[in-house]
Amino acid sequence: MLRVEAKTRLGALDLDVALSAGGGRCLALAGPSGAGKSSLLRVIAGLLRPSSGRVECGGSVWLDTTTGVNLPPEERRCGYVFQDYALFPHLSAWRNVAYPLHHLSRADRRRQALALLDRFEVAELADARPATLSGGERQRVALARALALEPRALLLDEPLSALDTRTRANAGRELGAVLRASGVPALLVTHDFTEAALLGDEVGVIDQGRVVQQGTAAELAASPASAFVADFTGAVVLTGHAAPAADGLTRIELDGGGAVTSTDTASGPVAVSVFPWEISLEPAAQADFTSSARNHVHAEVLSLTPVGNRVRVGLAGPQPLSAEITAAAQHALELRPGARVTATWKAAATRLIAI
Amino acid sequence: MRTSGWFGALLVAALAVTLVFLALPVLAIFLHTSPGQLVESLGDGSSTDALRLSIECSAAAVLIIVVVGTPAAYLLATRSFRGRSLVVTVIELPLVLPPAVAGIGLLASLGPSGILGDFVKSTGLQLVFATAGVIVALTFVSAPFYLRQAQAAFGALDPSWLDASRTLGAGEARTWLRVAIPTARQGLAAGLALALGRALGEFGATLMFAGSFRGVTQTTPLAIYQDFSTDFTGALALSAVLVAVSAAILMGVKLLSGPALFASASS
Repeated sequence: MLRVEAKTRLGALDLDVALSAGGGRCLALAGPSGAGKSSLLRVIAGLLRPSSGRVECGGSVWLDTTTGVNLPPEERRCGYVFQDYALFPHLSAWRNVAYPLHHLSRADRRRQALALLDRFEVAELADARPATLSGGERQRVALARALALEPRALLLDEPLSALDTRTRANAGRELGAVLRASGVPALLVTHDFTEAALLGDEVGVIDQGRVVQQGTAAELAASPASAFVADFTGAVVLTGHAAPAADGLTRIELDGGGAVTSTDTASGPVAVSVFPWEISLEPAAQADFTSSARNHVHAEVLSLTPVGNRVRVGLAGPQPLSAEITAAAQHALELRPGARVTATWKAAATRLIAI
Repeated sequence: MRTSGWFGALLVAALAVTLVFLALPVLAIFLHTSPGQLVESLGDGSSTDALRLSIECSAAAVLIIVVVGTPAAYLLATRSFRGRSLVVTVIELPLVLPPAVAGIGLLASLGPSGILGDFVKSTGLQLVFATAGVIVALTFVSAPFYLRQAQAAFGALDPSWLDASRTLGAGEARTWLRVAIPTARQGLAAGLALALGRALGEFGATLMFAGSFRGVTQTTPLAIYQDFSTDFTGALALSAVLVAVSAAILMGVKLLSGPALFASASS
């Protein structure tokens, strides 16, 4: 269990955060740049001392400004994956991974480093310098290096943002598996809510130094606490299995039942993303399948959250879903929690991300 | 870059003038006298004494500069503190001091009647008119060249490398030794080459602070100055050797720290 409380002023930013993450669980914090995401990771790692705060991991106190405890970074054993991976340019891949293992003999260091590189399927790059590696390869080496120390917590700063979109889906899936297998608490920060939703067991939205809302991705999308969260959470993300269909379209069997169609092409496991404002609602009984929209999902209204001049409707279907409608539409449809509706959107508004 | 027209011609002309002006005196040293004469006049004992002294004292000065200057430059490059820019200015001041002023300053501080004169005497160290004094003078004039380069090299490091090292279990000292120095190596080597070149050529401060005694404080530039009115060929020969040694050092350092060895470091 990782527990963090920190208050500090950094230039124009007023960081004031309290959060916790359990072993083997990933808390993903999403927020715009300048929200204080990296600073928070630096506080946990011991690279930045907050003016007041407390950091505790696995029962040991790393920082407590009231008692003056402040372990230096080298004694905290955080597996920190930096935004641009921060591989040492003068060392080969295996020496990068072996860097924290200096207490071992050279042969043991090399053996352990190679085993870790092999786990990330880059053992053949052991002798390559970081400058010659691709973004995806660097990310794997950086992950191997962060795990070499048997870290007590994992901190990941935009772990996928340095990758091109093609590599990103693969790397994201692998990263998710690594985080679950590590057994230690993980804190991931990203500017991309979809990335946070895919990788985090729990998602927090951070803005101007504060965690403004925390919950599952579906909870955040369904009942955002503020207009900022509503805008930031953006797309609804569903998972399913894609296969080519007639007319060059793609049919996705959603996990938990139901199927939708997309104009994107993909096959195999996918994340389906659609923006809440693209989804329209109709009473289930009157569902009109003659419209041009191809996707219809039956659901029950869970929550109604006013967000500015609109209403975010949280829906319980085979997978959590949310729609954004005007208050006038809400009244016209007489929507209230428990109402049965059909959520409808166009295949052309349905984005697919291979996972 | 492709250049054309009158501007291109201007650039080429400027480079040609620069090259001729800077290379001509160096070439003339080798062209003025036959190689045989040069070798012959080096047989003179005072020449070899001066060369040996120059190399020994320069090496000692650069060693002191590297050992003390590297951590000092790291501190200046990686920490911000009150008065930092004042400290940097003071450190760089010897760069613009006339050598004669440097010599006077050394006499006024470390000379027999200088402000630390009694302290120097109490340690039993002889500086004025002694080889140790040459090393002090060379260190004083050469140190800023190394410090400037080292500070720039450390300042250009990606701070996340240093942070990564800390989170991977290395303390500050280990991070400095294993990450900062190796990644700044090219800049440090360039600074070392500049400092060594400056030390080998040092004249004024050495003359004023340590004097010009054959075999004790008479470095190669001092020997050249003493020879040139009486034995121009001898002075030329020593000059040629000094040019060759300096060029060899410069090339050696460049090769050692060059792209071949540090190929994938810059990205």
